[in-house]
Amino acid sequence: MAPSSSDKLTRESVSAYWLPIWTLTWRELLRFFRQRTRMVGALGQPLIFWVLFGAGLRGSFQAPEWAPVGMTYQEYFFPGVTVMIVLFTAIFSTISIIEDRREGFLQGVLVAPVPRLALVLGKLTGGTLLALIQAALFLVIGPLLQFVGLAPSLGWQLTFGGWLAMIGFLSLVAFALTALGYSMAWSLDSTQGFHALMSVFLMPMWLLSGSFFPVPESGWLSWVMRLNPLTYGVAGLRRLMSPLLAAAPVSAALPSLASCLAVTCGFCLVTVMLACWLTHRRSVINVR
Amino acid sequence: MTAIRIEELSHAYGERQALGGVAFEIRHGEIFGVLGPNGGGKTTLFRVLSTLLPIQSGRVTVLGFDVAASASEVRRRIGVTFQAPSLDRRLTVRENLVHQGHLYGLSGRMLADRIEDRLAKLGLSDRQHTLVNSLSGGLQRRAEIAKGMLHDPELLLLDEPSTGLDPGARHDLWRYLLQLRDENGVTVVVTTHLMEEAEKCDRLGLLDRGKLVALGTPAELRAEIGGDCLTILAEEPAQLSQRIAERFGIEPKLFGQSLRIEQARGHELLRDLVEAFPDEITSVSLGKPSLEDVFIAKTGHRFWEEEGAGEK
Repeated sequence: MAPSSSDKLTRESVSAYWLPIWTLTWRELLRFFRQRTRMVGALGQPLIFWVLFGAGLRGSFQAPEWAPVGMTYQEYFFPGVTVMIVLFTAIFSTISIIEDRREGFLQGVLVAPVPRLALVLGKLTGGTLLALIQAALFLVIGPLLQFVGLAPSLGWQLTFGGWLAMIGFLSLVAFALTALGYSMAWSLDSTQGFHALMSVFLMPMWLLSGSFFPVPESGWLSWVMRLNPLTYGVAGLRRLMSPLLAAAPVSAALPSLASCLAVTCGFCLVTVMLACWLTHRRSVINVR
Repeated sequence: MTAIRIEELSHAYGERQALGGVAFEIRHGEIFGVLGPNGGGKTTLFRVLSTLLPIQSGRVTVLGFDVAASASEVRRRIGVTFQAPSLDRRLTVRENLVHQGHLYGLSGRMLADRIEDRLAKLGLSDRQHTLVNSLSGGLQRRAEIAKGMLHDPELLLLDEPSTGLDPGARHDLWRYLLQLRDENGVTVVVTTHLMEEAEKCDRLGLLDRGKLVALGTPAELRAEIGGDCLTILAEEPAQLSQRIAERFGIEPKLFGQSLRIEQARGHELLRDLVEAFPDEITSVSLGKPSLEDVFIAKTGHRFWEEEGAGEK
């Protein structure tokens, strides 16, 4: 029964992983494009927030010390909205785990001879790709709004390498957030429960990530924000998005790119491990 | 040869004991029916066999592999058909099958051929590009069965496969299961609460309140309660029961408005009863014992009265 050579073993285990990962990702994308309303929810709301908050807070916004001269609130908010889109897409794609369980689809996947890691990675890859597609749409649409007077000029001057680095980093953030959503959905048996956790945990996590307002230099809020792993995701994105900020001095509000990358990788690793651990257990919650 | 060996299997959901020390074997190449009322424990057994639930106590081997220790070996070899369809309702029938094939490591030409074959066998070829959502319940079930059969499993587990099928489709399903057994040597395990379906199985296990109360072929089980079965309807069944006991020295069993007597040479007793109590008896019927009679004899209660009680 055991494969005779290690070569065969390697080939078998590769196909044991990539085929399920591919098919679960494919299903995720197919379902998404069949439900157009999901796109509106995950992209439309952040876009509207960006324009409305940008207009409303223009007067009262005080640019932080590290910001280039004359930074408007809308410019400041831009990376935060990108992360918000990623967060929303991650949530919407993982909440489907609860629906899959209720509709019976999940148990069909669970009895298949698929390594549980492949199952997790398939779902996460699907969610991450969707998040990147949505974020990319925003990165294209957002700057175009300056031509209708709804946004300031963002002064994009990214090189091709700069774009790649930014998308790469954003993928890491998206993967971590999708894994976080996955772990939550896996442990909950109703979408209502998920929505509750979203309002008291995920939204505050985003609000306190430096997306919406800068990290203060001191006080309890400063500490909460410094301990929030997503703060490093937003800061890293900020540095990668604007060439002016790439070399800005390191502060609590704007950590170095290296620490942003390290914290985001750690965040990603922890959430993926949690997702794998939860999936590995045979649990009564998954039967119906 | 043994396909499934179950040893002292117990399972509880919190306080509620669903299986209490069940032990039996399923042979290779047979159609085995797990018969029992809702809440009797058959779905729990199905979930343990299909590797969905952990084994709390006891031991189960499927096709020689321990379900607790070698889940992926078991998963590779079994096909599972759920009571609640496990299809993605937003995908077409074919897309569901492609997805299933990929999960089981099938791809390319081989997968395409398998899909064509299963679709044809289950009469779904012309619906393959329909979204599952817009299929009727019966067609969804057929698609579910096609899904479970796609990777040529050695053993097929079906949970209440006839649910939602009309009589014609039910007939086709059983013809297909018999064909799998005869031509491919597939072992088939079905759970059911339908007596007519149980009759078609090679062997049966009767599950009631988490215990195995009987095991054998349908004919063996019927033979165990002997002879014929008389069912008597009466205005005053309790009173009649007492008088029959006094006069003939047999103890009828009382169920609601009816009395039941299991007796060899039942036709003679029927004649004597009607002569003795012409006014008290409303109607009387004589038959070979059914599986329902077996169930009643083994458990002391009717098949259906447990429903609801088991849900609590």
